[in-house]
Amino acid sequence: MKRLLVRVAIPAALLAIAVTTVAPLVWMVCASLMPTGEANSFPPRFLPSRPTLVHYGELFTRLAVGRAFANSLLVATATTAISLLLNAMAGYAFAKLRFSGRDRLFNVLLAAMVIPTPVAMLPLFLMLRAMGLVNSYFGVILPASATILGIFLVRQFAQAIPDDLLDAARLDGAGELTLFRKIILPQLRPVLATLGIVTFLATWNDFIWPLIVLTDSSHYTLPVSLAILVGEHVQDTELMMAGSVLTVLPVLLLFFLLQKQYVEGILLGGVKE
Amino acid sequence: MKPGPVSVPHEARAALWLLAPGLLVIGLFFLLPIAASLLLSFTDFDIYAIADIANIRLAGVANYAALVRDPLFWIAMRNTFYFVLVGGPLTIGVALAVALLLQSRLARWKGLFRTIFFAPYVTTLVAVAIVFRYVYHPRFGLLDRALGLLGIAPIDWLGDPRWAMPAIILLAAWKNFGYAMILFIAGLQAIPESLYEAARLDGAGAWATFRRITLPLLSPTFLFLGVMTTIGYFQFFAEPYVMTAGGPLNATLSVGLLMYKQGFRWWNMGYAAAISFVIFLVILAATSIQFAFARRRQA
Repeated sequence: MKRLLVRVAIPAALLAIAVTTVAPLVWMVCASLMPTGEANSFPPRFLPSRPTLVHYGELFTRLAVGRAFANSLLVATATTAISLLLNAMAGYAFAKLRFSGRDRLFNVLLAAMVIPTPVAMLPLFLMLRAMGLVNSYFGVILPASATILGIFLVRQFAQAIPDDLLDAARLDGAGELTLFRKIILPQLRPVLATLGIVTFLATWNDFIWPLIVLTDSSHYTLPVSLAILVGEHVQDTELMMAGSVLTVLPVLLLFFLLQKQYVEGILLGGVKE
Repeated sequence: MKPGPVSVPHEARAALWLLAPGLLVIGLFFLLPIAASLLLSFTDFDIYAIADIANIRLAGVANYAALVRDPLFWIAMRNTFYFVLVGGPLTIGVALAVALLLQSRLARWKGLFRTIFFAPYVTTLVAVAIVFRYVYHPRFGLLDRALGLLGIAPIDWLGDPRWAMPAIILLAAWKNFGYAMILFIAGLQAIPESLYEAARLDGAGAWATFRRITLPLLSPTFLFLGVMTTIGYFQFFAEPYVMTAGGPLNATLSVGLLMYKQGFRWWNMGYAAAISFVIFLVILAATSIQFAFARRRQA
C-alpha cells in the first residue's frame, strides 16, 4: 500500500510542479492573443475567446517595438561575436603560451571576479559619456566585449589541447598567429559554441546596463523598451503580454534548440572550484 | 602556487598580441572604473559636477557617514537581507527537492521535466516580471484565482507592504530554481552507486541514507550555489524596478535600486558609489562566511 502511494506520489508531484512552472508562461501567450480588455475580466480567463494577433501588430506599427527587437538582435549578436574572439585569444594565451608572469596575471583576473559589476557602473557611465558613447550601441557592446569568466572557460578547455599539435605546426613553420587561426580556433569550437549561446542569452536578457547607457528610444533594447512601455500601458495587459512573448520567445527557442550546449555551459561555470 | 612557465620569446610576443585586446577591455571598462568608483565614493560628485567637473570636492568619509544616518538606506538593507535570506534558501531548497524527485527511479519523462523546470531560468527577467505583475493582480490575476479554488481569500500581492516582498521572492524562486536543480542533478549523479548499496546492506533507511550520504556528498554543490545565489541575490534590481518601483511604502526597495536611483536618477554619484561599495563589502563578508563554514565542516 505504501509502495503504491509512493509510486503515484512522485510522478504526481513532478506533474504538479511542472504545471505550476509553465502556467505563467502559457498564460502570457494566451493573454497576448486575447481581444483588448479580456485579460482584465472577472472571473479571470485562461484561454482567449477569439484569438487575435492585433496586439502584435500594434507593437510593430504604433509602438516601434520592432526597432527594439532589431536593436536587441544587433547588440546580442555583436557582443557574442566580439567577446568570443577576444576571450578565445586571451584564454588560449593563458593556457598554452609561455611568458613570464602569466600565472600571476591570471590569478589577478580571477580575484577580480568577486567584484560585483554594479560597482563599476557609475564611473563607467561617466567615462563612456566623456568618450561620446552614451546612447550608442558601442556603449552596450564595448564593456561586455571580453569577460573574465569567458577567458577562464576557454583557458580550462585549451589546456587539454596536446602540446604535440602546437609543436608539429611550429616545426612546419607556422607563425604563432597562423597557428592560432588554423589549429587552435577549430579545436576550441565546442567551448566556443557553449560560451556563445550563454553569452547571447545573457546579453539579450541584460537590463540594468542598457537601461543606464541607452537614453532614447531609438536605441533601446527589448527589455528596456518593455520596462518603459509598462509605465505607460499598464492597463493594456494583452499588449504588454504580446511584448513579453516577443522578448522571451527568441531566447526560449534558442534554448530548446541548443539545450545541450547551454546546460554544458551552466555546468562548466559550476565546477570552477 | 606554481612559479609559472619560463618565457619563450616568440610565444611571449604572440601572447602580447592575443592578450592585449581582451585585457584592454577588462582593464579599461571593469578594473579602472572599480578603482575610480572607490575614489568617487570619497567625493561629493553630484549633478553640478556632471555639468562642470571643477565643481567636484573631496568629501572624505562624508558619504559613508551620511549613509549610516539615512533611514532609507537601512530600509533597503533590511529588504535586501530579507530577499537574500528567505529567497536564497527557498530557491535552493525547491531545487534540491525537484532534483531528488527527478533522480527517483519512479520518475518518468525525466528529460521533458528537466527542460520545463529549467525554462524559466533562460527567460528575460524584465519580461517575466511584467507577466508576474499581472499574475499577482488581486482581481484579474492567475494566482489569487488559483488560491481561491483552495478557499483562500484574495491577496493584494504587490499592493500590500507585507506581501510585496514575498511576491518578489516567489518570482525569483520560480525563475532560478532550475539553475540550482541542474547543478544538484550533476552532483547527485556523481555520487557512486556503491555507497548507496553499502548503506542498504547495513540496513540504513531512506532518511538515514539521505542524511549520511547524499547531503554530505552534495556539500560542494551547496557551497557553490550558496555563494552564487548570495552574489546574485544581493544585487537584485529589475524585479522591484519593473513590478513595484520599490514600493509600496518602500517595502521592496533594494540596495541595488537605491544605488540606481541615487546615481542615475538624482545624480548623487559620490553617494551612490559609497552604496555600491557597501554592497560589495556585504557580499564579500557573506561569501567569506560560507567558505569559512564549509572549511570548518571539512576539518
